Amino acid sequence: MTVTENPGQPNAAAPTPPAIELIGISKAFGPVQANKDITMTVAKGAIHGIVGENGAGKSTLMSILYGFYKADSGRVKINGVETEITDSHAAIAAGIGMVHQHFMLVDTFTVLENVILGAEDGPMLKPSLAKARKELQRLANEYELDVDPDAIVGEISVGFQQRVEILKALYRQAEILILDEPTGVLTPAEADHLFRILKNLKEQGKTIVLITHKLREIMDVTDTVSVMRRGEMTATIETATTSPSKLAEAMVGRSVIMEVEKAPATVGETVMEIKNLVVKDGQGVERLKNISFSLKRGEVLGIAGVAGNGQTELLEVLGGIRPATSGEVIMKGDSIDLTIKANAQKRRHRGIGHVPEDRHARGLVMSFKTWENTALGYHNEPEFSKKFGMANQKAMLADAQGKMERFDIRPPNPQLVASSFSGGNQQKIVLAREIERNPEVLLIGQPTRGVDIGAIEFIHQQIVKLRDAGKAILLISVELDEIQALSDRILVMFDGIIQGERLPENTDKNELGLLMAGVDPEAEA
Amino acid sequence: MNTGIPKWVDVILIPLLSLILAFVVSGLVVLSIGKDPIQAIKLMVYGAFRLNDGIGPTLYYTTSFIFTGLAVAVAFHAKLFNIGGEGQAAIAGVGVTLVMLAFDWPHWTIALLVGTLAAAAFGAAWAAVPAYLQVKRGSHIVITTIMFNLIAGSVIAYLLVGPLQANGSLPESSRFPSAAALPTLHDILGVVGINFDRFSDANITFFMALLAAVGVWLLIWKSRLGYEIRMFGESDKAAVYAGISPVKITMIVMLISGALAGLMAVNTVQGQAERLVLGAVEGAGFIGIAVALMGRNHPVGIVLAAFLFGALTQGGVELQFEMQIPAQMVIVIQALIIMFTGSLENLVRMPVERLFTRMKKRAA
Amino acid sequence: MDFGSILQILDSAVRFSTPLLLACLAGLWSERSGIFDIGLEGKMLIGAFAAGAFSAIATMPVYDGGWGWQTGGMWVGMVAAIIASILLALIHGVASITLRGNQLISGVAINFFAAGITVLLGASWFRQGGDTPQLPAGGRFRPIELPLSETLSDVPVFGPIYQNLISGHNLIIYFGFFAVLATYWVLFRTRYGLRLRAVGENPGAVDTAGISVVKLRYSAIIITGILCGIAGAYLSLGTSAPGFGRDMTAGRGFIALAALIFAKWRPVPAMWACLLFGLLEAISTKYQSIDLGFMVLPGQFMQALPYVMTVVILAGFVGKAIPPKAGGEPYVKER
Repeated sequence: MTVTENPGQPNAAAPTPPAIELIGISKAFGPVQANKDITMTVAKGAIHGIVGENGAGKSTLMSILYGFYKADSGRVKINGVETEITDSHAAIAAGIGMVHQHFMLVDTFTVLENVILGAEDGPMLKPSLAKARKELQRLANEYELDVDPDAIVGEISVGFQQRVEILKALYRQAEILILDEPTGVLTPAEADHLFRILKNLKEQGKTIVLITHKLREIMDVTDTVSVMRRGEMTATIETATTSPSKLAEAMVGRSVIMEVEKAPATVGETVMEIKNLVVKDGQGVERLKNISFSLKRGEVLGIAGVAGNGQTELLEVLGGIRPATSGEVIMKGDSIDLTIKANAQKRRHRGIGHVPEDRHARGLVMSFKTWENTALGYHNEPEFSKKFGMANQKAMLADAQGKMERFDIRPPNPQLVASSFSGGNQQKIVLAREIERNPEVLLIGQPTRGVDIGAIEFIHQQIVKLRDAGKAILLISVELDEIQALSDRILVMFDGIIQGERLPENTDKNELGLLMAGVDPEAEA
Repeated sequence: MNTGIPKWVDVILIPLLSLILAFVVSGLVVLSIGKDPIQAIKLMVYGAFRLNDGIGPTLYYTTSFIFTGLAVAVAFHAKLFNIGGEGQAAIAGVGVTLVMLAFDWPHWTIALLVGTLAAAAFGAAWAAVPAYLQVKRGSHIVITTIMFNLIAGSVIAYLLVGPLQANGSLPESSRFPSAAALPTLHDILGVVGINFDRFSDANITFFMALLAAVGVWLLIWKSRLGYEIRMFGESDKAAVYAGISPVKITMIVMLISGALAGLMAVNTVQGQAERLVLGAVEGAGFIGIAVALMGRNHPVGIVLAAFLFGALTQGGVELQFEMQIPAQMVIVIQALIIMFTGSLENLVRMPVERLFTRMKKRAA
Repeated sequence: MDFGSILQILDSAVRFSTPLLLACLAGLWSERSGIFDIGLEGKMLIGAFAAGAFSAIATMPVYDGGWGWQTGGMWVGMVAAIIASILLALIHGVASITLRGNQLISGVAINFFAAGITVLLGASWFRQGGDTPQLPAGGRFRPIELPLSETLSDVPVFGPIYQNLISGHNLIIYFGFFAVLATYWVLFRTRYGLRLRAVGENPGAVDTAGISVVKLRYSAIIITGILCGIAGAYLSLGTSAPGFGRDMTAGRGFIALAALIFAKWRPVPAMWACLLFGLLEAISTKYQSIDLGFMVLPGQFMQALPYVMTVVILAGFVGKAIPPKAGGEPYVKER
């Protein structure tokens, strides 16, 4: 391997061929057509965005380009040369690097060891490590990519882990860098740093493909953008000539109303009071640092924040899944047991419903039939019980049947297992179960993650309906649009504290974004 | 995973093909030591099912295997791999021995009841420690139960040359009082006029095993606890969300599993040997794994698979007598069945699934 | 207890620990690559059988159907042991890697298979109830006197240690200690070792780096097979009672597994763990029971001690043992 001194120097004589050309790529997983006859061109030295909803086929397409999956048909040209990318090894050889959504790092290794893995020079480690140390120093200076080479990867923050992933690609002399949803786990500040790095890379002539579902990022950093919908590529446009609403329309196939129709809230008395809540995780790190707030009847209290700033822990403590380290939660005058002994069933008896953030892992048992899932957590209720500890399966079945009709869950067959439903219908199963119990307080996490547009509207309507019935709703979402559209009051969480409280009508994305990054604009001013 | 193959393929065709494969390879092994596999099979079938002195021992072994198979299956529904049936059954034997030797039994019914309780309690206790260590300390239950099998071996070796040893040089306990002897199938079937082999070891615990199978079916598929067990097995996160304590459910499941494994001691120690001897379990704990695998963790399948393994074990005895093939042939067959129906299952499953998806596509 | 008998116990501890050490290192290779292996016992057993059987065949007189070798028979046995053990390892590999089956069940099956097939073949080949014939000198590994052991024997303390403890073992014992260093060196100093450790922690990282997960894991499994084969060969070719006896591994594969956990999957600590467990075996062999003054420990207690210690260490009462993260899970590309 030789180091190219001036990577990406445009050839003066001939017009530069595009860095990437995908021609007629198709890929099916069983009956699911993930990519349908996709053709896409990315110019050399450009930042190219790919947007689309969850499940639109973005990651599959890029995994094919990186040789992780094999396309059923289609061709790939890199720098104008037809290239057969049979595996990741071939992709690396063709100068392609990828930063996966879930990092492909070995947690127990040092940064240096992770960087050289698979790109060692010769059978002995020592010279490889020495060379990589030097190279890392150079890359750090050049691209603002400084990471301690001797740090154990499992012990550094996700932002740094992502830099290690980028360093891995650059160390392998990648000329094309693919990033799959890189900002999902980053704070706005970290994301901005990432975009600075990407712009640096672009200036050095690297080609960058950015997969995201966040339109703001596309508008901010990309030169060109492709839109994917249901496995097909619907448009490729220059970013400068488009707008977020046009992109959104192209993503979902019709114009999207970001607003939710709702009457002003009639807020009643306080139902739940959270006082000085502290939660430590297994490693003893404080995830919630002394949080206090109250939740009132007839309001949707939205909690905004970048994922991983304590929202999950808050939801889990209130839902009875995780014990609190200290603090108090008072519901209708009585304090709730927050120790390990308290469980989610007791919480339900207190009138707390919970639509968990991760419906695949928590909200549903994927291999269970619908009628088993609609009883989840309520299976010990009298109407589902028979003598001698037996379950009243007939009652469960009838109950499921009714829920499926009322919530328009399709296909309405309670004998089907949860995994055979679409994301939207799965979420409706969870909502039906939790809402129909008529809880005093409903905890909702990421209600529309991975849910199709039609179902989103339905779900939002149900949330508003419950609010209008005088119930209290605690909504946690990483989608700022959703928080703004649904909430009557917004709390912003950052690093385990409540960074600020705002009314939706008195704030905007900018201010909320600053709060999410840990900056208090009012204090600054 | 939603593979879309019909259920009968999953529960009948695939295990059957795997089983056939195991037998074909077993046949090759017989051939390799210069014997005739066809003759061997005939002999085994004859030996296992011959009325009186064939079917009797077969049912005796079947009884033990039903218990250990159910033990593995119950744990499996909670995605716990209880590989410790061997040790749990062994320690249960100690429990049975202690109570049998402690009293003068007025009637066998009371002896059976108390023996059953002792076996279940000791088996459960021996499973409780690994379960507790898994939920509270995060130790891998498979490794801990393996270690507990080996520790059980040392404990029994110590007891039988020490505190429990009867007068004499053999490492075994005193004989239980004769009033504690359980009725054999000969005694029981004699009541309804069937003349069953009087020397056979099969005894009343065979019916207990069948009852246990029904009990496990009710537990897993009809009870609320079973619902919780299956939920925990499919998704421990969902179980916590539903308000189920992983600690509680793991403990309960392992106690039930250990108790079931322990019950086989009633069959072997109280029903057959009527004293504690070395190696009373003889691999039945491990065979339980094969039985549960073959039986797809369903009580009906387990009873059938246990019968198959019981027949194999008894048929193997015949091989040794008639064809001078060592009884270890049976262990080889059992190992091959575990392999082909367990770890190598995809050898059969993958092509069968591919075949069915292709047929489906063509039909569509 | 005098210096001489302490030396004697330590000397037999070294001998007892050798098969444990080799099997433990075997397990280390497999588990570091992400493949759980509870089938060490079975692979050792089949290795011991193949070694005993083929060494016997090589050294048997021609008129008895043997090859009539006067010397070197043990090498035939050694090669046979390694081949037999690798074959079982490959079955485990096909089950765990290619067919993505359950690694624990595969291990159980392999242990069962070995227990059955060794007696079956042994009994039908040699007609001694599953044992192999006693091996002549030319079919065994003999003790090697290291240079100067006689000359130095008069030096106080060091002399007897050198003569009795360090010198006078057979080749396999020395190989065992060499294997510790080799394992350490390969695992932590070479490219192959880096990749192997990575595949046991996060196979996805290895796959996306363009390295074949399957090939790496198979290579590890084969090394496991080789080391288990040598461990087995030691039992029938390298001890004072040469020849294979049925079930002669007697749970050593599980003790090796225990030592592996005890050593937290690291080669040098694995050596100390095996020496410790070997010492326990040496003590329990020499003394029926141990009088501690206030109580008498039965010999069985010493036998069970390695297992109890493993349970204790696994439970994290004495330092936490964290296995390789990807262990036991077949690698499937994410969908």
